[in-house]
Amino acid sequence: MPAPAAGTGPSRAVVDDGDVAGLGKARAMAFLAPALLLISLFLVFPALWTLYLGLTNYRLSGSAAKNPQFVGVDNYINALSDDRFFNSLGLTLLFVFGSAVIGQSALGFAIAWTMTRVRKSVRAVVEFFVLLAWIIPSSVTTFLWYAMLDRSNGTLNAMLSTGNTAWLLDYPLQSIIVFNTWVGTAFSMLLFSSALASVPPSQLESARMVGAGAWAQFRDVVFPHIRGHVLTNTLLITLWTFNTFTPYLLTAGGPDDRSNILPIFIYRLALNDGALGQGSAISLIMIIINLVIATVYLRLLKERKS
Amino acid sequence: MTAVQGSTSTTRPESRQMLRHFLGLMGKSVFTALVLAFFVIPVLWLVFAPFDAHPGLNVKLPEFTFNNFKVLLDNPTAIASLGNSLILALGSMVVVLVLGSLASYSLSRVKIPGRDLLLYTLLLLSSIITGTAAMVPTFLLMVKLGLIDSQFGVILVLSGGILPTVIFILKDFMDSTPKSYEESARLYGAKPLRILWDVVIPLARPGLATIAVWAVVQVWGNFLVPYILLRSPSKSPAAVVMYTFYTEGGQPNLALISAFSLLFSIPVVAMYFFVNRRYGFRFHGGIKS
Amino acid sequence: MASITTRSLIKEYPGGVRGVDEMDVTIHDGEFFALLGPSGCGKTTLLRTIAGLEKSTSGSIKIGDREVTNMEPGQRRVAMVFQDYALFPHMSISDNIAYPLKIQKVAKAERHSRAEEVGDKLSLQGLLERRPGQLSGGQQQRVALARAVTSRPDVFLFDEPLSNLDARLRLEARTFLKKLQLDLGVTTVFVTHDQAEALALADRIAIMRSGKMQQLGTPREVFQRPANTFVASFVGSTSMNLLKGNVADGGVMIGHQKVALPADAVGRVGDGQEITWGARPEYLDISLDPVHGGLEGTVTVSENLGASALITVELTGSGEPVQVVVSEDHEPGIGTRVWVTFEPRRTLLFDAEGLRIGD
Repeated sequence: MPAPAAGTGPSRAVVDDGDVAGLGKARAMAFLAPALLLISLFLVFPALWTLYLGLTNYRLSGSAAKNPQFVGVDNYINALSDDRFFNSLGLTLLFVFGSAVIGQSALGFAIAWTMTRVRKSVRAVVEFFVLLAWIIPSSVTTFLWYAMLDRSNGTLNAMLSTGNTAWLLDYPLQSIIVFNTWVGTAFSMLLFSSALASVPPSQLESARMVGAGAWAQFRDVVFPHIRGHVLTNTLLITLWTFNTFTPYLLTAGGPDDRSNILPIFIYRLALNDGALGQGSAISLIMIIINLVIATVYLRLLKERKS
Repeated sequence: MTAVQGSTSTTRPESRQMLRHFLGLMGKSVFTALVLAFFVIPVLWLVFAPFDAHPGLNVKLPEFTFNNFKVLLDNPTAIASLGNSLILALGSMVVVLVLGSLASYSLSRVKIPGRDLLLYTLLLLSSIITGTAAMVPTFLLMVKLGLIDSQFGVILVLSGGILPTVIFILKDFMDSTPKSYEESARLYGAKPLRILWDVVIPLARPGLATIAVWAVVQVWGNFLVPYILLRSPSKSPAAVVMYTFYTEGGQPNLALISAFSLLFSIPVVAMYFFVNRRYGFRFHGGIKS
Repeated sequence: MASITTRSLIKEYPGGVRGVDEMDVTIHDGEFFALLGPSGCGKTTLLRTIAGLEKSTSGSIKIGDREVTNMEPGQRRVAMVFQDYALFPHMSISDNIAYPLKIQKVAKAERHSRAEEVGDKLSLQGLLERRPGQLSGGQQQRVALARAVTSRPDVFLFDEPLSNLDARLRLEARTFLKKLQLDLGVTTVFVTHDQAEALALADRIAIMRSGKMQQLGTPREVFQRPANTFVASFVGSTSMNLLKGNVADGGVMIGHQKVALPADAVGRVGDGQEITWGARPEYLDISLDPVHGGLEGTVTVSENLGASALITVELTGSGEPVQVVVSEDHEPGIGTRVWVTFEPRRTLLFDAEGLRIGD
């Protein structure tokens, strides 16, 4: 039977104006207000205040604490001409690249990929332990690694027979990179597992039917499906790694600032040394970098949705 | 995978294929073993040391004892800090659940002007204004509000930080529940608040449970915010207090730390796997940060 | 119990699209009334506007002698059964059925006994303590009906009540629904896109397209005398043959073949007028011998329908296909030369706008 000429009217999904419980705009606003108030006060306001604080010589104590002076862009000029800032920025880049882009992403993918081709029980065990590293509170995981890397009693030296190597002192940046990889790989692994699971088996089978090998299957069937995930995953974990404060508990930025990534730098500058204005200026630089990463991420998400 | 081979050329390709298969198996096994070693060995300390009569920093099989837990129970600061963690976690959970479900419900069901922009901004803000990036102004704000060294203040800051994500996830959840339930109740004369209580909240229960657990896990392990905002050790949560456990000789008190670490870790690990099994944790644009 | 009257009812969406366009309908007290049309025709919008779930843009709705146009849905005394039944998954069947009473603040014991009573009537005995998730589709539908019955409404509204059931169950549920409506005698409006469902259940059917009413009539009327070609092709399990032609010498020329004027059209058309000739496959027959006034052609396809077969005949000359339902005993082979025959009173003529010619 030929389909009758379809009406040109709108479909139901389009016409829904949504307010099914008869809530009404006024009540909806009232429901929304408390949450927005809390967010504005403790999330939005601090961010905006950073803008202002960065332009003052605000200090934690002393005369500048009582009467902060407006110093214009001095803090920014100071920051941008400060070797310690650039040292910190460089270390942060290395840290993010090493632990997020290379460490978590690559290791996470490798695990997800390998786990699709091992026994279910093995997979469950591996996934459990990778997840465990992610879930255990950071105060505990840092202590576990502090113990691992200890100079005289550490398990690592015992395993590698590396004598009394003081890993946290001799290789502070490498140590926190490995640590952060260990903590964060779970996310990439989970994301890539679900991406790999979403590859339709019928497509893999069609590829096999025409004789495609493992590599060709990966290139022509699997990769196109996970390409989007690779990008979004990288952006997300870059954002998180860029903002993590946890390595402070391992090295406190030292020795000699050699693992002084930005979050730790800000903490020490603003809250230890009391230079709140300067700390704010660097915070703002951080927020701007965050903004760039997050905007790209959200744009990608939107593109994928539509 | 079996490729169809021509019947004439049998031996060589077959042996090559077997070699490849063997190498693949080897590679897979070696890689799996290395991954397991990397992820398991650091955790072993957490499993063994708490039960070791003479815990050291190295991983070793314990001389079995429960004495470390007795040390822990005899330490009022340690016990109190676990209680503080609980207060912060449950407090934030309640704030986030109540405010988040009200907000997400109205965002899901009513077209408030500028809704999409608001949601986008919320998501953006929550990902760029992190605890680390905003620690300086947050600290100052709490000084001005007189909320330094107040657990209530910490709850507010933590809740404000995770609320945008909560609203986003819950809205997603509410969007996906069919509207006919509410319409049906409405046809029988139920008023909006009644519908919320009778229908919406019960239907959203799995989503609310996920969010509750997620909020607890987030706050339970948070170090930075309470570290900056709280002064008194008596108010500090476990994550912060853990770093004050030293012996008189200035060495870490391993008996205490090991038992404490285990007790501190178990609740979140248990909750996480419970929710994972019950509701299946899947991705909501990156749920753990 | 009450009639439903809409006057110039319009539901317009932002952007000017009209879901319901100038609708004037009177649904009688106790009537089983169908809104039929393809998806997006506005039938569900009309139903939801009657329920009060959509606000009308202009026009009025009366239920009985109560003006309900601006009333809250909860005050209209209507009950609706949704396509997905909307049973609350967290409540027992008994609580689901009694939910309208809970809103009316009826005491718990009373609620319980009323739920039981209604449950009995809809053969839900023994299921009352279960959860909706533990019931089959057919049982869930009966629970949704029971909940609607409990609220003792003036009007029942059903949104695609049978579409969530599988084919065999659907027939059973259809019979059940018709008997229930007959027993209760409550005015009932239901929406469907399935013409067979509408024909089987309804006392009267309104056929809609793009928000506008196409025809309102009994199942027999819309089947035998569709108002226009849209209704002609939408109603019927096989769609009506519609062939272009023109009037000549007191007959209808289709290609170079001539057939008799349909009875209705006699005296209403003039020579040379362009028309569409329509005939239901069920009302056509074939002959293997030449028949005067029959349409000559060749059988190209034959589809078995069980006790009958649907055959497609390509007309000699124009090559246009005509479908005919023949009984299983007379199924011709592919390639057979046949003559399609009919009674002129069972054929229809439509004018250039697609409107049926006749009264």
